[in-house]
Amino acid sequence: MSLFNVFDIASSALTAQSERLNVTASNIANADSAAGPDGKAYRARQVVFQAVPGQESNGTAKVKVAGIVEDNTPSRQVYDPKHPLADAQGYVTMPNVSVVDEMVNMLSASRSYQSNVEIMNTAKNLLLKTLTLGQ
Amino acid sequence: MAIDRLDQMLQFQSEALKLRSQRQELLAANIANADTPQYKAVDIDFGQALAAATAPGAGTSGTSAAPSVLYRVPTQSSLDGNTVEMDVERAQFADNTVRYEAALRVLNAQIKAMLIALQG
Repeated sequence: MSLFNVFDIASSALTAQSERLNVTASNIANADSAAGPDGKAYRARQVVFQAVPGQESNGTAKVKVAGIVEDNTPSRQVYDPKHPLADAQGYVTMPNVSVVDEMVNMLSASRSYQSNVEIMNTAKNLLLKTLTLGQ
Repeated sequence: MAIDRLDQMLQFQSEALKLRSQRQELLAANIANADTPQYKAVDIDFGQALAAATAPGAGTSGTSAAPSVLYRVPTQSSLDGNTVEMDVERAQFADNTVRYEAALRVLNAQIKAMLIALQG
């Protein structure tokens, strides 16, 4: 029954999008963390989505987070000689988080999440209507 | 023979329902992969698939071959190689939902008509 697979596909997308939302939240929360657990500035992280073809090769694909990679854009240098972490020239290394990019990421993730919830609801309604067939 | 006739009467709509649910799954997969780089949106040609499934000698229902999956041609390309266009997919998904329900209603009406004929 194909309609049951819709639940699997949509829920894989819900999991992936919520993980993306999680990473985005972490990035925004740490946008000004000059020192992480290793003593260095926080580095932004991004999720990598990957399509996972279904078991029966009928063209459908779920989605999964293949991995979380560190953003390799250079860290921000802020001139603040009074800061305890400032170097000899008075610059502090700040995280490479772009708050604007992360806001866009957050909006995109939440919209995609909503879409997939709607897909699940539609599939549920169709299944319930199919159950009443012949009554 | 009588059972076969009954089966024949309901075959068209049940094949249509099966194809609609398969298409629903494909469209859900497209929407799920809307943010996956290099993912190519897929769909089936419903008319062609239904014609193939209900053609005389296409095999008894339940053993019909899977419809061929085609790639959608995007109207606007994206930088990450993804060809899912959310507006198109959502429109097709809504369209497919309504048509699934339509097929369901017709099938229901056919069953009811046959029940009336049987019970008198």
